[in-house]
Amino acid sequence: MDALLLSRLQFAAATYFHFLFVPLTLGLSILIALMETRFARSGDEEYRNMARFWGKIFLINFAIGVVTGITLEFQFGTNWSRYSRYVGDVFGSLLAIEATAAFFLESTFIAVWALTWNRLSAKAHAVTIWLVAFASNLSAVWILTANAWMQHPVGYTLRGGRAELTDFFAVVTQPFAWHTIVHTLSGAYILSGMFVMGVSAYHLLRRQHVSFFSRSFRMGTVMALIFSVVAVVHGHVQGSEVAKAQPTKLAAMESLWETKQKAPQHLLVIPDEKGERNRLELGAMPGVLSLLAYHDVNATVRGLKDFPKEDRPPVTITFLAFRIMIGLGFLFPVLALWAFWKRNRLLESPRLLKVMLYAIPLPYIASQAGWTVTEVGRQPWVVYGVMRTADAVSPIAPSQVAVSLTAFVVVYSLLGLAAFYLMARHAKRGPAVEVAAS
Amino acid sequence: MLASVWFVLWGLLWAVYFMLGGFDLGLGIMQPLVARSEEDRRMIGQAMGPYWNGNEVWLIAAGGVTFAAFPTTYAVMFSGLYSALMLILFGLILRGIALEFRNQSHSGAWKSLWDACLVVGSFLPAFLLGVAFANIFQGLPIDQNGVFQGTLWTLLNPYGLLGGLLFLLLFMEHGTLWLAVKTTGPLHERAGQWAKGLWWALAATAVGFLVATWYATRLYANYIQNPMLFSVPIVLIPAVTVAALFGIRLFAGKNRWGRAWIASALTIVGATFFGVIGLYPNMLPSNLNPTYSLTVHNAASSPLTLKIMLVVAIIFVPLVIAYQSWAYKLFHRTVSEEDLAYEEAYGQDIAPPVSSNG
Repeated sequence: MDALLLSRLQFAAATYFHFLFVPLTLGLSILIALMETRFARSGDEEYRNMARFWGKIFLINFAIGVVTGITLEFQFGTNWSRYSRYVGDVFGSLLAIEATAAFFLESTFIAVWALTWNRLSAKAHAVTIWLVAFASNLSAVWILTANAWMQHPVGYTLRGGRAELTDFFAVVTQPFAWHTIVHTLSGAYILSGMFVMGVSAYHLLRRQHVSFFSRSFRMGTVMALIFSVVAVVHGHVQGSEVAKAQPTKLAAMESLWETKQKAPQHLLVIPDEKGERNRLELGAMPGVLSLLAYHDVNATVRGLKDFPKEDRPPVTITFLAFRIMIGLGFLFPVLALWAFWKRNRLLESPRLLKVMLYAIPLPYIASQAGWTVTEVGRQPWVVYGVMRTADAVSPIAPSQVAVSLTAFVVVYSLLGLAAFYLMARHAKRGPAVEVAAS
Repeated sequence: MLASVWFVLWGLLWAVYFMLGGFDLGLGIMQPLVARSEEDRRMIGQAMGPYWNGNEVWLIAAGGVTFAAFPTTYAVMFSGLYSALMLILFGLILRGIALEFRNQSHSGAWKSLWDACLVVGSFLPAFLLGVAFANIFQGLPIDQNGVFQGTLWTLLNPYGLLGGLLFLLLFMEHGTLWLAVKTTGPLHERAGQWAKGLWWALAATAVGFLVATWYATRLYANYIQNPMLFSVPIVLIPAVTVAALFGIRLFAGKNRWGRAWIASALTIVGATFFGVIGLYPNMLPSNLNPTYSLTVHNAASSPLTLKIMLVVAIIFVPLVIAYQSWAYKLFHRTVSEEDLAYEEAYGQDIAPPVSSNG
């Protein structure tokens, strides 16, 4: 194996792992902030206990998110040095701004929040978690802006053998970035809402801490419901953005080989990547793909064969990952609506509770699948249309990368196990005996 | 000009990381040496618990600024020092998680596992950052394409190892002083003893390093040749650094631990600046051929990016300093057994809580 493949595997492993922990921190911080706000307003101790219980899970996720985030930033330099040199002028500044404008705030206040439960007033303590929630989400905005630039580079010019920034405003305001941000944050909020619902369902099924977990469940439901609807409605808008900006990705997502007017959507497709065709296409709905991509039944959608072979992304993976994400994406609002319907009769709805408990992994799968579409679908480019992934890798010995990749897999697996063990134990144990906290 | 401003800021960010991250790295290494009981170990954890995360962001910022302001330096430095950086990263992962996870279970095996991770994970970054910077001062085997012609073993040359030892001792001294500031009782006494003893090893290594620097690097020659660098404000840096190094011993001798820590902080910042400024205008000198060196000029970003970043830095860095100072002040008191009792009472329900009467 060469340094390129090994570096790609390593980056994939590191980002997938990182993003197992980040989405929960994005949404849970907001839920905790809402709980503390309610406590500050009403003085109802239960909200405070809720914030402490969910806060612990938040801290575990946050810790893993932080330490795995640093390795991502540094890997651009270690494994993708030619990329860094080529686009650092644009891309590097976004990462640096993220650190100075958002991550400092988040990291400083998370410690303040975790250690001042009994030192700050309820209001001041709620402010600290709001700052953490604000900063984590702001941090995501910057990182996603950087990613969006790799998907759809704007505001730069090629000069002196590299991409140089010409219009910072264009980079941070481009629609592609804002679509990515809305979509990714919605996904994170769905995941957080459903996580809270799932863990609450576990206890409600056992009829323990009923008031505590009913409240938590309802807060999670509202979050999951709002953002699962946003994700579906907005996903459509984003799809047409991808159609415009990344036609090869769209074609791979749909496994569309031939350029077609009135391009159809099929109920079932089995792609045959080697044969450059689909082995099976069932249930054609003519014009639906054209409609979804360009808001026009008669629009022409370009197929993969319209692009040179060396410019096409891997089709099967992109296609399957997209199907998984979409399928789950449509399931989430249904589940959330069901839960919302039953929100005041939770104990009488054991089936709902059981489904929500077992649904905890689903948003995780959806978000990992979504990133697979985004990143695999961008191939063979690291910066779409500007720089190929193969040209981005560092001039380093494959043996070095093989060793570090192995170390990543071992260390991350152990970390993942430790984190899972701690979270599961804490989640099952439930809130500490309700000691009056003051 | 803009690039030179960023060069100074680049040095400053690394210096601040060494100053802040330095004490928690050093304290992690010292943990098995100063702690005699489980209570001690937990107090040591509490002495850095509120800070390590915020401190580490300075490293992220230093890395990010290298990327943004000097992309070519970032590319060559990080890919050239591949194995060393990976070891640093794994060290930082292990110790960060150790600090967060250690107290979440009562199991002895669980705690010993994370204690070991804390020590190893603190040692690796402290030592290897020293090795890396000493090698940068000395020059790296960089060819005309900016490719590093060497391995991890290339870095572990005598001067590099001496740099590693210097960083190790600087951070251990710094961390031990921090512990002396943050604790009372027997743990405090032991920390004080260690700080006084370590100082001699540190001073001897510092002298050795400065002498070796004469032979191994072009830093002094650069200072002498370059009239700008040989000006009063810049010559003040080594003077302050040496004074601060002696200040540590002076204040420690009088049991003024807070002042001793500040002196040690000044020593670290001064030493970093002395080395970094001495490189100017180089950032990564090549020891294969000086014309292959990466300099402030050939490695910098476009003026537009540097300007935007400067505006961001001018707005946000003072803000960061303000709220981090506030957070430091908020936790500015000694950790005590009372905190531990409190933590015990509350089970392990939340990260180490602090008592209510602060």
